[in-house]
Amino acid sequence: MAPIDLDAEVLRNTHLSAGYHVLVLAAPGIAAATRPGQFVMIRTTTGTDPLLRRPFSVFEILRDADGTPEAISILCKLVGPGTARLAGASAGDRLAVLGPLGKPFDLVAPPSEAWMVAGGVGLAPFAALTESLAALATPTRLFYGGRSRTDLFYLDWFEARGVRLDLATEDGTRGTHGRVTAPLEAALRVMPADRPLTIYVCGPEPMLKAVAALGRVHGRPSQVSTEQVMGCGLGGCYSCVVRVRDESGTPHFVRSCLNGPVFRGEDLVWE
Amino acid sequence: MNVDLCVRIGSLVLKNPLMSASGCFGYGLEYADIVDLSSLGAVVVKGLFLNEREGHQPPRIVETPSGMLNAIGLQGIGVHRFVREKMPELRRLGAVVIVNVCGSSLDEYVEVSRILSDVEGVAAIELNISCPNIKEGGIQFGCNLSSTHEVVSAVRRVTTLPLIPKLTPNVTSVSSFARAAEEAGADAVSLVNTFLAMAIDVDTRRPKLSNTMGGLSGPAIRPIAVRMVYECAQLVRIPVVGMGGISSARDVLEFMIAGATAVQIGTATFVDPFIWSTLRSGIEEYMARHNVGRVTDLVGSMERWI
Ligand SMILES: Cc1cc2nc3c(=O)[nH]c(=O)nc-3n(C[C@H](O)[C@H](O)[C@H](O)COP(=O)(O)O)c2cc1C
Repeated sequence: MAPIDLDAEVLRNTHLSAGYHVLVLAAPGIAAATRPGQFVMIRTTTGTDPLLRRPFSVFEILRDADGTPEAISILCKLVGPGTARLAGASAGDRLAVLGPLGKPFDLVAPPSEAWMVAGGVGLAPFAALTESLAALATPTRLFYGGRSRTDLFYLDWFEARGVRLDLATEDGTRGTHGRVTAPLEAALRVMPADRPLTIYVCGPEPMLKAVAALGRVHGRPSQVSTEQVMGCGLGGCYSCVVRVRDESGTPHFVRSCLNGPVFRGEDLVWE
Repeated sequence: MNVDLCVRIGSLVLKNPLMSASGCFGYGLEYADIVDLSSLGAVVVKGLFLNEREGHQPPRIVETPSGMLNAIGLQGIGVHRFVREKMPELRRLGAVVIVNVCGSSLDEYVEVSRILSDVEGVAAIELNISCPNIKEGGIQFGCNLSSTHEVVSAVRRVTTLPLIPKLTPNVTSVSSFARAAEEAGADAVSLVNTFLAMAIDVDTRRPKLSNTMGGLSGPAIRPIAVRMVYECAQLVRIPVVGMGGISSARDVLEFMIAGATAVQIGTATFVDPFIWSTLRSGIEEYMARHNVGRVTDLVGSMERWI
């Protein structure tokens, strides 16, 4: 379906911590068309600085009382001047939002389980994914890592939807002390081979690489949501490339905005 | 008021002066869902070599004040796959297709151009002798007057398609290159390609692009591009296709008044992929307001102070 460009009204901007916030945007057309894993391109200013739009995974698809999609939310981490503008947005402001874009996750159904693995702002595609998997009654787990206890969000939200949580923090203030790959690996070890599962992962590149490797070692398919710098989000500029193997096994650069952002872990070639 | 937006580049008549800039619009088809490709004056596609190319490692772009640097490295599918896989659909959609031709050698420019000359639906060739991001080919032809003359003459001999060498601004006098291209038989020149530039992350002390250097585009370069288009239009008789930072109808008009017969829009389409209809209606509204019947009447219409 063709993406839509909307001048979307900011409905809420909820600050989760000093570095993270959730922006809710009135975008019925985009909300109705979005599949989990897809993204939107948001213009952070009407001027020329910063010039380009920013890609954001659609975090939640919000519905009205009748269940009609009316808004999307995005999970934002403060990183630079563009995201600083978004952090400062307030209800009533308007932002140009283009989407939905890119290839969504493939959903797995029972008896397969879905194991989501998130690092930091890599939580972004997993709220929408959780809702779609819940509709299929797929059992879900979330392995979620952050620097500290205060960098882990929406835990109640996921628990309320029946997601089993495995947390990790680098400073040990919550869950396993260290990287989220540790509890993931432990869980993969004890999972009987005859019980199918698919790994969904989003986060910093070293983590994506490590999780895709764990999936390979344990014979589990993975779907990796990549986060590249993007110029246009539509396939025009060839800036957001990642290396993937084609059918013959030869690696090529492909545009993550068109061929991704979700790739099969086994297809990605890491530098 | 009924206004006439037609412009002419050599034997090619365009329904309006607006074209996509090469490398900023994929092969056009990426946008077919959201833009009526036949509504553009022309669709200029990504630069093509004879064979496929992988391009540079990411990061390939970085934002700079009111602009961006890119070092894509001309990733592309090569001319054969383009003709096979993209041209049929571009023809079906009624796009006026201009192919940006690259080469690592004189022979490659000639060969790619020869192949395209026989392809139905290719309306013109834009000869890319100005990409700042690859070592071999491209800019090495565009930075030397006799090489420019040589490559344009050689391609001229194998094609009757309108031939539009694309010039680099990374020289002392762009207009002398426009003159060399004209003397070698070009039907028009296009300019500017990007300005060779660089940005460094001071925390990591690494360049922000994997290629170290890249090309600067966007609103930041517009005044320099306008000056260069003006200088070229003063010196040559063939049409000049102007670009560099165009983001509004007023920017289009500025280039045309400076002497551009047509314009290309690159970076601004990343920000607003729906820009084409906005630009067209903005130009029409200006023409009505200023009582200009034909858009060609604006070309080179700058008034002097004294
Ligand atoms: C990402 C990117 C890729 C480009 N690729 C090409 C190319 O393949 N061939 C070419 O002749 N110019 C290429 N250019 C240059 C543009 O066509 C244009 O000359 C330049 O960007 C100035 O126009 P703008 O400021 O409207 O973008 C590229 C520019 C950008 C930003």
